[in-house]
Amino acid sequence: MSTAGRDWGEDAPERFYVITRGHTQPAGRAALDLVTLIVSRAEPTPSMPPEHAAILRLCGSPLSVAEISAYLRLPVSAVTVLLADLVAEERVEARASVPPALLPDRALLEAVMHGLQRL
Amino acid sequence: MDFSASDTVRGPADEDLLPDSAAAAVKVVVVGGFGVGKTTLVGAVSEIRPLTTEETMTQAGADVDDLAGIERKSETTVAMDFGRISISDELVLYLFGTPGQERFWFLWNGLFEGALGAVVLVDTRRLEVSFDVIGRLEDRGVPFVVAANAFPGAPAHPDEELRLALDLPPEVPIVACDARVRESGRDVLLALMHYLYDLAGSRAAR
Ligand SMILES: Nc1nc2c(ncn2[C@@H]2O[C@H](COP(=O)(O)OP(=O)(O)OP(=O)(O)O)[C@@H](O)[C@H]2O)c(=O)[nH]1
Ligand SMILES: [Mg+2]
Repeated sequence: MSTAGRDWGEDAPERFYVITRGHTQPAGRAALDLVTLIVSRAEPTPSMPPEHAAILRLCGSPLSVAEISAYLRLPVSAVTVLLADLVAEERVEARASVPPALLPDRALLEAVMHGLQRL
Repeated sequence: MDFSASDTVRGPADEDLLPDSAAAAVKVVVVGGFGVGKTTLVGAVSEIRPLTTEETMTQAGADVDDLAGIERKSETTVAMDFGRISISDELVLYLFGTPGQERFWFLWNGLFEGALGAVVLVDTRRLEVSFDVIGRLEDRGVPFVVAANAFPGAPAHPDEELRLALDLPPEVPIVACDARVRESGRDVLLALMHYLYDLAGSRAAR
């Protein structure tokens, strides 16, 4: 394996932060991936479907679509449909997975390497 | 789908909550034949107890409905384990271990799309189970590294012998690992990131 690129800079996480800012999808247009992070922006109400309420309760802290599927024991495609409604109603925020067009971006890879080295 | 209001949904444990600063996530897919240690690897590096997600796949049946001439569809539910590594306050890495039946891996829409890359886990005693997946990753242009899982009694193959046996291009990294050991799993992921980093550089230079 080549040793090129071993000397990535110490500023990687900050540069990564710049990359991800501004990539949060506008409501209703979110392309939901397995690793899109979902965060509640509303409280559950008695009148909403139980699945919607369950998602709002789960996502007080950010959770990926895959994790929501696992905790609710629902298939990913079913969860995606529920989330699309909640995103459209602006009851949840979808933090998009890093857009594929940016991949593999060196600043992103540097950030991942930094993080893994602490593991 | 059988979700009812009376179901109590158990969410993540308090220590498994991501900070609100988590802004984006990336994913890596671990593929490999039946029983090569995919779940073990995901569990070894994950900061959360591995979770299982599932998807329903619809496949057009081979036979044709004789009355209506409509293709039969068969539905299969495929489960997949995954784990999570917090990279920083803003960035999270998810690691997906694919199910044993390889034909499902590529039916799962969105599994490989947007993935940083893949780890092909191989058992050196049964290399043939890995041929198919390597070919499919190459067809799809998904970058991957090969990790040879050290099972007891597995012959220690020199890397070049493995490369030849798997018909791998010279640039694809091969690393030895013990899927049960966190540091070993981390080093496999680091090898993938270094490889992607080099690929990104050679792409930019072109
Ligand atoms: N000795 C040894 N045993 C291992 C290693 N990795 C996995 N195992 C064992 O091998 C068995 C299969 O491992 P799994 O992680 O379940 O394999 P898998 O690829 O997820 O299997 P499927 O999902 O059924 O395809 C388990 O009993 C593991 O404990 C290793 O590096 N060394
Ligand atoms: Mg498994």
